[in-house]
Amino acid sequence: MRDWLIYRTFWDLTVTGVALGSIYALVALGYTLVYGVLRLINFAHSEIFMIGTFASLITATNVLGLPMLEAGDYPYRTGFQLVLILLACLLGSMVLSGAGAVALERAAYRPLRGSGDQFGAVVLAFVTAFVVGLVFFDTPKSNLIFGIIGTGPIAWMYLNIFRRGRQAPRLAFLISAIGASTAITEAVAIWGPRDREQYQTPRVLEKKTLFQLFGTDIRIDYVIVIIGALLMMTALLLFVNRTRLGRGVRAVAQDVETAKILGVNVDFVILITFLLGGVMAGGAAMMFTLVYDQSKFNIGFLLGVKSFTAAVLGGIGNLKGALLGGIVLGLAENYGSALFGGEWKDVIAFVLLLVVLMFRPTGLLGESLAKARV
Amino acid sequence: MSLSESLRSVTSGTRSVSRLGEALAKQSRSVRWSFGAICILALYLLPWWPNVPVLGWIVETPGTSFPSVLTDQVVIFVLVALGLNVVVGLAGLLDLGYVGFYAVGAYTVAILSSQHANLPWLLCMPIAVLVSMLAGVILGTPTLRLRGDYLAIVTLGFGEIIRITANNLHWLGDSRGISNIATPPSIGPLKFGVLDAKPYYFLGFTTILIVIFLLRRLENSRVGRSWNAIREDEDAAELMGVDTFKFKLWAFAIGAAIGGLAGSLYAGKVQFINPNNFPLQLSILFLAAVVLGGAGNMWGAVVGGALVAWMPERFRGFADKRVFVFGVALVLVMVFRPQGLIPRKIRKERWLESWKPSTGTALGSKE
Repeated sequence: MRDWLIYRTFWDLTVTGVALGSIYALVALGYTLVYGVLRLINFAHSEIFMIGTFASLITATNVLGLPMLEAGDYPYRTGFQLVLILLACLLGSMVLSGAGAVALERAAYRPLRGSGDQFGAVVLAFVTAFVVGLVFFDTPKSNLIFGIIGTGPIAWMYLNIFRRGRQAPRLAFLISAIGASTAITEAVAIWGPRDREQYQTPRVLEKKTLFQLFGTDIRIDYVIVIIGALLMMTALLLFVNRTRLGRGVRAVAQDVETAKILGVNVDFVILITFLLGGVMAGGAAMMFTLVYDQSKFNIGFLLGVKSFTAAVLGGIGNLKGALLGGIVLGLAENYGSALFGGEWKDVIAFVLLLVVLMFRPTGLLGESLAKARV
Repeated sequence: MSLSESLRSVTSGTRSVSRLGEALAKQSRSVRWSFGAICILALYLLPWWPNVPVLGWIVETPGTSFPSVLTDQVVIFVLVALGLNVVVGLAGLLDLGYVGFYAVGAYTVAILSSQHANLPWLLCMPIAVLVSMLAGVILGTPTLRLRGDYLAIVTLGFGEIIRITANNLHWLGDSRGISNIATPPSIGPLKFGVLDAKPYYFLGFTTILIVIFLLRRLENSRVGRSWNAIREDEDAAELMGVDTFKFKLWAFAIGAAIGGLAGSLYAGKVQFINPNNFPLQLSILFLAAVVLGGAGNMWGAVVGGALVAWMPERFRGFADKRVFVFGVALVLVMVFRPQGLIPRKIRKERWLESWKPSTGTALGSKE
């Protein structure tokens, strides 16, 4: 027991816990949205987050040309330039994560719902041709060319054999998600320039202490993360509650059949749901790189599991529950590791989940995306 | 359209397997028994298959010894898939932390035969099965009252908790693991050592046969019917007087026991385990094996387990790309054959058919 540690560093732990919890919460939103609408654990959502961290890295280094180190120090920027760089990274992450989530939906889930279309067929066909190409070629470039050539005929074949109008069992969605998640992770690990190594992201933001609170230094990156997460969540809540499309999302979450009868384009709504989840994960990814300055091919896995835990903790399908669950989880992990040692961090998270579910079987705030804000 | 028809028949090629089963069912008892005996004999000779001309080229595993692939991977995966099939396929409970029970079984053997005592493997094995069964009951009692998807995340957490606990506690050998685990006792010419993997295969395959026999009895019993009812509609089952909680707990405990059995076999074979042998990803591979083969169908679980274990070894030519290929294959199989390679047959109750309208879909279509 090191309980003296928690007294001395209580506020420190609180601030980092809330910041970490905000990232959990943003990723949890993706899980919760998709679960609320499709009753599906989108296992591959963690890879959408991982793609986001890499998008942020690519935007910073390849697009904006920032070096890792500048004159022996981090490439710090200040003022307007800094804001622009951060916004560009955020945009890059959001766009790529959102696109990734949409592609995932259309290739790996939509055919299972019995409405496979050209887009999904093309993506699946490309991947198939690419895998077949692995048998014959050794260089990524010839693989790509083979993949592109093979896409056409295979896509045409896939379009013919899609099981249209037939819903797959729920477990099939989960396995498809697991497969997609494995494939995305491995693709980054294999064809990424640094293989399975860890990537550093350029540290443009100097992590200065902004102010002191209860004798604890509050660093600027934590403030940005917490405020950014709150802003994004508010925007999402407004979207779901106030707009026409948001009403469609809630309608599908309540009852798919009735929504269909009343003229909601269910496939489009599901697409929007995935897009929203992807964009939130992209935002979370950018903030993650801001705080931790790193990324890795398997970075999403544990974080995804934790975020899903957070979503369940708050009540899955409940947007505000995701926020609460994320922050509770982040705090519990931080206090817990101070009390019992960092090696027990993950155990604490899961035991907390178990205890909460035993006494509140639908999570802290209860479930249902549809009823949360009527 | 004829082309799409033929394409479709390619994707459902495994239907011929079930046709073979139907044809066999029509034969007399002696024909069926002798066919089964030949199959079992052929499978007992599996370690020698790579020496057979054409077959050998198909099954061989370049770079690794084929018998040790059989014992370390295939036997374990088939056993685990059989056990997980009880939980996921029969009772319809989504368990994402099955590796936890597997680890409990392996660690029980390791502790009792090397770390803290010197018991022989033959004594440790039943204890390991009991301990993992107990773990299943302990985990199941609070969590089986939860709804399906919560169960998934809680079991996932359980798998992680077991691994991290083994990693952190010195009593469990922390991250260095436990070595010098006892091997099964040698019987006559069957010597269980490090040199020859074949005896382990015979032991493992015999275990699989026994487990299959027991599970078949269970599946066709009152318990099996209750699981069926729970999986199809839990509320309806409850209303019809099935004690759903009790039978779910049974499914969990039996699944856990088989997982523990697989773990104890694994520990006895490799003689050295550490927490890295039981990552969370393994749970996911186990689940993939069950669903790939066809959840709810025992033969599907056997085929799925064998494929998931053997394929990455067969395609070592892909080197580090095989996991990627495996992920893509999972998506493709699910997209084009979501019921798994060998789907569960829905038994048509004769008396129900007689009064249902003749559309034939009243009990759910066959696909």
